[in-house]
Amino acid sequence: MSIEKSIIEKLSLTFTPRVLDVVNESHMHSGPALESHFKVIMVSHVFEQKRLIARHRAVNECLAEELAGDVHALAIHVYTPEEWETRQHSVPLSPKCLGGSKSA
Amino acid sequence: MDTLENIKQQIAENNILLYMKGSPKLPSCGFSSQASQALMNCGEPFAYVDILLNPEIRAELPKYANWPTFPQLWVDGELIGGCDIILEMFQQGELQTVIKESAAKNKPAGEEQA
Repeated sequence: MSIEKSIIEKLSLTFTPRVLDVVNESHMHSGPALESHFKVIMVSHVFEQKRLIARHRAVNECLAEELAGDVHALAIHVYTPEEWETRQHSVPLSPKCLGGSKSA
Repeated sequence: MDTLENIKQQIAENNILLYMKGSPKLPSCGFSSQASQALMNCGEPFAYVDILLNPEIRAELPKYANWPTFPQLWVDGELIGGCDIILEMFQQGELQTVIKESAAKNKPAGEEQA
């Protein structure tokens, strides 16, 4: 199974999101891996009353296996349904790579 | 010094500390670039550690912080978050508040603002 698919499966199971979009942004970055950089956009009731750091920790934990493996960057944009309406379904763009992993 | 002790000391001694790839002037990663840019826009001095030059910190800090990626912003000994959280807080004006409060709290005696 592709990493992208397993990310989608795990997040769906853990957060039962209303909105889930997993974007493979690996093409924006240097390095040979085809599945190294991902962006997760997710809307779920689970995030209500939770601070940003707690929400991100929950996502990181859910994908710990992937992050310990090939996944090198994970942009996380998670909202409650109410926040999602307030921001009119918009998410920030991810930055272009500056070649950090190449020189590392 | 043991790497973990080194990390703890850095976090204890620098009230605003960014672990990043590259430096604020010459960032080596888009996420680190955005994070340091937002932090600079808060208008207070901050410390940074280039983890590309410190591979042992790069390896050790994620375990200690329970946070898998970089950049990482630490304020007053507490992990605030990575790039997405820093930017989100900056857009909401929360980051500026957190940074200004920390800077005011940690100002050396005799340098209080007029």
